[in-house]
Amino acid sequence: MLLADTAVPAWSWNLIADFQQMWSFPFMVNAFRAGAVTAVVSAVVGWFVVLRRQTFAAHTVSAVAFPGAAGAVLLGVSAVYGYFALCVAAALVIAALRGSGDHEESALTGTVQAFLLAAGFLFIALYKGLLEGPQTILFGTFLGITSTQVTVLTGVGIGVLAVLALIGRQLLFASIDPQVAAGRGVPVRALSVAFLVLLGAATAEASQITGTLLVFALMVIPAATAQNLTARPILSLALAVLLALAATWLGLTAAYYSPYPLGFFVTSFAFAGYVTARGMHALHTIRGRIRPSLPAKEVTA
Amino acid sequence: MNPIAKVREAVAHSGHTVPAPRTEDHDTAAEAGSGPVVALHDAAVRVGGRTLWSGVDLRIGPGEFTAVLGPNGVGKSTMIKVLLGALPAAGGEVRVLGARPGQANGRIGYLPQRRSFDASMRVRGTDVVRLGLDGDRWGVPLPLPTARRRAVRERVAEVVELVGASGYAHRPIGQCSGGEQQRLLIAQALVRRPELLLLDEPLDSLDLPNQSAVAALIGRICHQEGVAVVMVAHDVNPILHHLDRVVYLAEGGAATGTPQEVITSRTLTRLYGTPVEVLRASDGRLVVVGQPEAPAVHTDRHGIPGGVRAAG
Ligand SMILES: Nc1ncnc2c1ncn2[C@@H]1O[C@H](COP(=O)(O)OP(=O)(O)O)[C@@H](O)[C@H]1O
Ligand SMILES: [Mg+2]
Repeated sequence: MLLADTAVPAWSWNLIADFQQMWSFPFMVNAFRAGAVTAVVSAVVGWFVVLRRQTFAAHTVSAVAFPGAAGAVLLGVSAVYGYFALCVAAALVIAALRGSGDHEESALTGTVQAFLLAAGFLFIALYKGLLEGPQTILFGTFLGITSTQVTVLTGVGIGVLAVLALIGRQLLFASIDPQVAAGRGVPVRALSVAFLVLLGAATAEASQITGTLLVFALMVIPAATAQNLTARPILSLALAVLLALAATWLGLTAAYYSPYPLGFFVTSFAFAGYVTARGMHALHTIRGRIRPSLPAKEVTA
Repeated sequence: MNPIAKVREAVAHSGHTVPAPRTEDHDTAAEAGSGPVVALHDAAVRVGGRTLWSGVDLRIGPGEFTAVLGPNGVGKSTMIKVLLGALPAAGGEVRVLGARPGQANGRIGYLPQRRSFDASMRVRGTDVVRLGLDGDRWGVPLPLPTARRRAVRERVAEVVELVGASGYAHRPIGQCSGGEQQRLLIAQALVRRPELLLLDEPLDSLDLPNQSAVAALIGRICHQEGVAVVMVAHDVNPILHHLDRVVYLAEGGAATGTPQEVITSRTLTRLYGTPVEVLRASDGRLVVVGQPEAPAVHTDRHGIPGGVRAAG
């Protein structure tokens, strides 16, 4: 599995030579393309996930990606379709289970999640010919990303972003202030279902890069980092995209030159960004406290 | 605790004198104007097969300040939902801004009950206010320097200034205090220049100085900007001297009129069918003694124990 079995290419610190060497392989070019598309889509959807506190839903959906991919391979279909079919189906099930209430049925989804992970393992065991074993599905790989896969990822990604561009402002309103939004005629409930479907599609994309266990690396960490750095919606959205792109491409480069799985590197880089942002935020707060604070300007009458 | 001690405790909260409630000087203007902002005729409402209140008659003119009072679970928030068209009236007639409820919500500012943003909400106060202006539009706002964008910014800044929130509107709203958040939310409700403000317990969870400051702000908006206000309140005292009209809800019925007419021992005793006494403290604050508790079935989380409390 991975390049460890053959030979790990050596990093030379000659960046141009390194990238030329890396991009001389078509699968690496595909990986960078797929990574870019996925990073943008996951960061934008993930920004709303963080705002709406739906990380548990994202986690549930990503758990479903594992049996989805394994099952598709077992059936002889491309794993890409397995990811999308099961992630979107899972999102719809979550939407249906929630019914009219806003709470998530955590015990039920937890139970189903555990069962599906077991099913995924079973599929892999049944499919004896699968070379990589569960690790590539769980922790991601850049090997074997085909041009077709890049096309599918791009097509779905454009669709997701187009829908978000259409409903973005209403979704923001419904996420921050559902009662007032409903009073203004915003279809809060329909938006919530639509967003779960987008979440399913984005999770399916992220799973193919970071692996199903580490989707938070692209879905949650960049958005959380960006929201820590700024409270301006447009700016933090743009920042989340940049952070996700950086983590993905750095991760791809690191994974190419080392024997460890891609998801590990993407997660590590994203996490390093998060820790840095928290550190900067804390430093800023401390400095603000030390500086003599101005008298409160609030008018009380 | 005995009732007298509780009365003393309730009265002890007052730190300011209260002039006599306003008289009905708006009625003539309302009749002469474009008709009532809110008109209920023999209205009734049912939730879960239970009639909360019925036989409510109410006319609110432009620029009038009306309080909706009554024990927890009596259906005050439900009345706001009926005015928004979120819930149909079970009987009678309800007209809001000359149309059926829900038809004119774009001209209504709404502030729901008990809303606060926790510290992790990393969105600025101005963003929340702005959503009140154009949050129901399709698409995403592009950061381009258009005339529309400038107009939006100016309007948001203007309304933030009006509620006195300019000092903290750029901060993440989760990091603002309860009183600051409440002002920003009032700005959000006002940003579209509504003709009617529906406020559900906006003074809830504020400390006393903030209660009277926000009450004064709402009174000023109502009488200076000519916005009709319907405000659900737990305690009538902070708003007493701004009020034109009160609606006192009870299980089954309701009493409407000026505060002097309604908040009296005689009217409330008749409304609740049990002896209720309204005491006036030396500083003008009203204390209602013996008002019955909420109907048996209620899931309201913030019930106040005991049978004695300030009016509302
Ligand atoms: N959707 C609903 N279904 C059933 N009962 C409801 C519903 N909404 C509110 N109620 C009940 O209606 C009563 C009045 O609620 P509410 O208007 O919130 O009271 P208030 O605002 O006066 O405290 C309460 O007893 C509440 O439990
Ligand atoms: Mg209520």
